[in-house]
Amino acid sequence: MDVVDHVRHFIASVAAWLTTSSHWTGSSGIPQLVWKQVLLSGAVVVGAVLVGGGLGLVLGHTGRGGLVAVNAANAARAVPSLALLTLFAIVPAIALTADGFLAAFLALVILAIPPILTNTYVGMREVDADVRDAARAMGLTGRQVLGQVELPLAVPFIMAGIRTAAVEVVATSTLAAYVSYTDLGTPIISGLNTNDPVEAFAGALLVAALAGVVAGVLGLLQRVLTPSPLRRRARTGLLPAGRVATAAT
Amino acid sequence: MPAAQPFFDWGYVTGQWSQIAGDLVQHIVLSLVAVAIGTLIAVPMALVAWRYRLLRGVVFGVAGALYIIPSLALFAILGPVTGYVASYPTAEIALVGYTLLILIWNTVAGLDAVPADAREAAVALGYSPSAALARVDLPLALPYVFAGLRVATSTVIGLVTVTALIGLGGLGQQITYGFGIDYATPIIVGLVLSVALAAVCDLLLVGAQRLAVPWSRTGSGGAS
Repeated sequence: MDVVDHVRHFIASVAAWLTTSSHWTGSSGIPQLVWKQVLLSGAVVVGAVLVGGGLGLVLGHTGRGGLVAVNAANAARAVPSLALLTLFAIVPAIALTADGFLAAFLALVILAIPPILTNTYVGMREVDADVRDAARAMGLTGRQVLGQVELPLAVPFIMAGIRTAAVEVVATSTLAAYVSYTDLGTPIISGLNTNDPVEAFAGALLVAALAGVVAGVLGLLQRVLTPSPLRRRARTGLLPAGRVATAAT
Repeated sequence: MPAAQPFFDWGYVTGQWSQIAGDLVQHIVLSLVAVAIGTLIAVPMALVAWRYRLLRGVVFGVAGALYIIPSLALFAILGPVTGYVASYPTAEIALVGYTLLILIWNTVAGLDAVPADAREAAVALGYSPSAALARVDLPLALPYVFAGLRVATSTVIGLVTVTALIGLGGLGQQITYGFGIDYATPIIVGLVLSVALAAVCDLLLVGAQRLAVPWSRTGSGGAS
């Protein structure tokens, strides 16, 4: 009974924390923290799509240098995000820019590029060579083949990569609260530092909910963007086929 | 720290080597235990998900949810039960949680990819279902299982550093130490050794795969 009482008391404390009105207003209120996390994560994913997706499209289209890029991307997976965040955050010129936004942005973009690059490249290479040849035979230029044939067929893979990257970015942006930035990671870090399990737990619930929403929304987007003939066999799981494929090569 | 600190200071590495080596050992232990326990849990769960289609959604749902929850949040959620400070159970439960989806996904993909011919041949030869599973299905799925192990291992090695925020961390301790005193060298030591450790483990896994799956020398067992 003691344990049950303890759990009941803890849950009540977390609920109380979450419903305290002062936690919902001002510059460190929950809506503001959510907004800052979404802002950072969104900017990072857009940046990573531009760099990683663009590079993956070019490499996949030409078929050159892809293996090097995919292997480099695999190696980058082992780079600890905490190391990148702290490295950028101890450079004063970067750390002080935009309240720590720049330091977090740079570190997270490096983290987000590999899954997007790998999946874009794999998706492009998975396009049936016959389809590509047929498009060429019909007189499409290289650029038209890329835009009208390869890209649409690669969308399920590309979206899976973006979704994986986005989930990782939302998760890792909580670590930015340790070095420079203020977002939903802030109550967790502050709770851990001041030994306040209620604050840490409440923050964790909010972050987990946000991560779930992001994964769900991007899953939906993945479905919508997949050309309808591909939909039935589209891979909608969180882990893209590219992960299995690249790790096996 | 003086304003003009060198980007990397070898004196730190030689002077603090015993501390660095200790952190490296803790990093290896935390990672190994997580991947080992993860494999022990994931393979049976993958078999269940593969055999019983109805349970597939449940297994992937649970593993997917664990994968989505940020590690820092998982520490905070587990903390009230398992302890916050330097708690191995807190760290390991979270780390194992991240291996599950990767390992289950790959194992199921490997089992799904077993050619029907091979299975029919096994039945025709008089193998019982469990014997066919042990001697035909699982060996043929091994390249995928190894692919999963490689991804899970490098992911865990990267994630272990985050446990520095609950007082463990392995090489993550070098990172938080360097950050705390505005000193780049320990951070770089932590980063480089983590990546090197991941590379060594990856090579070991590739070697182990060649021994265990001699027929897939070129690593052509994957999906691409």
